[in-house]
Amino acid sequence: MNDDLFGGDSSQWAFGTDFEDPLAGVDTTMVDDVVADDLALYCLGLADDALIMSQRLSEWCSRAPEMEDDVALANLALDLLGQARLLLARAAAASPSVVPVLPEGSPVPPEDALAFFRSAGQFRNVRLAEVPGGDFAHVIVRLLLFSVARRELLERLRGSRDQVLAAVAARGVKEVSYHRDWSARWFLVLARGTGESRRRLISALDELWPYQAELVRCGAVDLALADAGVGVDPTTYAGAVDAVLGEVFATSGVERPSRGPLAGVGGRLGRDGVHTEALSLLLAEMQVVARAHPRGRW
Amino acid sequence: MTSPAEVAAGVTDPEMPMLTLLDLGVLRSVEMEDDVVVASITPTYLGCPAMATMRDDLVHRLNDAGFGRVEVRVQLDPPWSSDWITDRGRRALRENGLSEPGNVGRSVGLSLGPTRRNLYCPRCGSPRTRLLSEFGATACKALYRCDECLEPFEHVKEI
Repeated sequence: MNDDLFGGDSSQWAFGTDFEDPLAGVDTTMVDDVVADDLALYCLGLADDALIMSQRLSEWCSRAPEMEDDVALANLALDLLGQARLLLARAAAASPSVVPVLPEGSPVPPEDALAFFRSAGQFRNVRLAEVPGGDFAHVIVRLLLFSVARRELLERLRGSRDQVLAAVAARGVKEVSYHRDWSARWFLVLARGTGESRRRLISALDELWPYQAELVRCGAVDLALADAGVGVDPTTYAGAVDAVLGEVFATSGVERPSRGPLAGVGGRLGRDGVHTEALSLLLAEMQVVARAHPRGRW
Repeated sequence: MTSPAEVAAGVTDPEMPMLTLLDLGVLRSVEMEDDVVVASITPTYLGCPAMATMRDDLVHRLNDAGFGRVEVRVQLDPPWSSDWITDRGRRALRENGLSEPGNVGRSVGLSLGPTRRNLYCPRCGSPRTRLLSEFGATACKALYRCDECLEPFEHVKEI
């Protein structure tokens, strides 16, 4: 083993990936007139959406109806994990204060510290991502609602004045377009399939629709960063999201659901750290080994 | 003496060893900064798990060729495109039973129909091919089957 590779210490944190700094070589200079903490919170929101969705999708490993879809779901999860990693690293670089403090000498890189050592109230994902999984129709509906909105966001984020956000968006928009089309086609298949597949699809849509509005809601952080040309105000693409969903519904002969948005707590939603209890359970499983061995090396 | 760029050009992709990183379009540049060789690589997909292996392979190969100080940087922008795969890389794919990507379309609209690609079986050349799955063993490949020789094959996706 060549010691130079790892700066003389060839051991790594046992649970992390091994590209020491995922942003090495990327310009992480702060755009002036942006508050560092705002940028960090913004990146955490986009990262947590991807991370929690990725975790939910990976739960489907070995459970999809066909092996091809098993592989597809694992690939979708991996795409989102890749986006999450860079965005978490960006959050940490923007404001180290958001990174949980670990025991001295811990080899955990900042993006992993953010993924594995925050508690539910510190996560900023939309609640759609955390809802417990159901049947295959459920995973398709969730992925459709999620990826339609995320694609419109990334499309607009390519012009961000922040180099990392622009780069992640430029790459991510292609990946998420694929996710959107894959889930939209499955939506059609299930809607036009058997009575049972259609019943399950509509039931999943009915269950998940109240979480949809959160995807296009604009919070204070979104607004501040949109004003600075770094982020995107979700209300600017709400219409585009609606049009795409409308096309999928119309083609499938499925009525737009009528249930209203799920309320938050005092106006606070997933982006503000208000979550369903499902997130705690998800995190417990995702984080348990990492938390048990914060100094684990190999 | 062989230049660092020439040495780096010989490093192959860990998943598709018939392709060099250069032919795949992942290796963007190799330059000297003082006495450090700086190689820049662009991930095919953001979640590509092979990035660390690519970096290690580049470092080892350059070290073995006598370049003691090597730095590998990730270049995220512009994002990788399958259009970057060179003609030599495409030939290597075909010769190894993989189907090369077509040109990347510019359409970004919702596509509800099946992805249509006019593919030829890389084994028998038949145009009678059928999509099995939009995802293969790695994120960058789709799975097809030839209805003529009945063999499955992988297609490197347009992205």
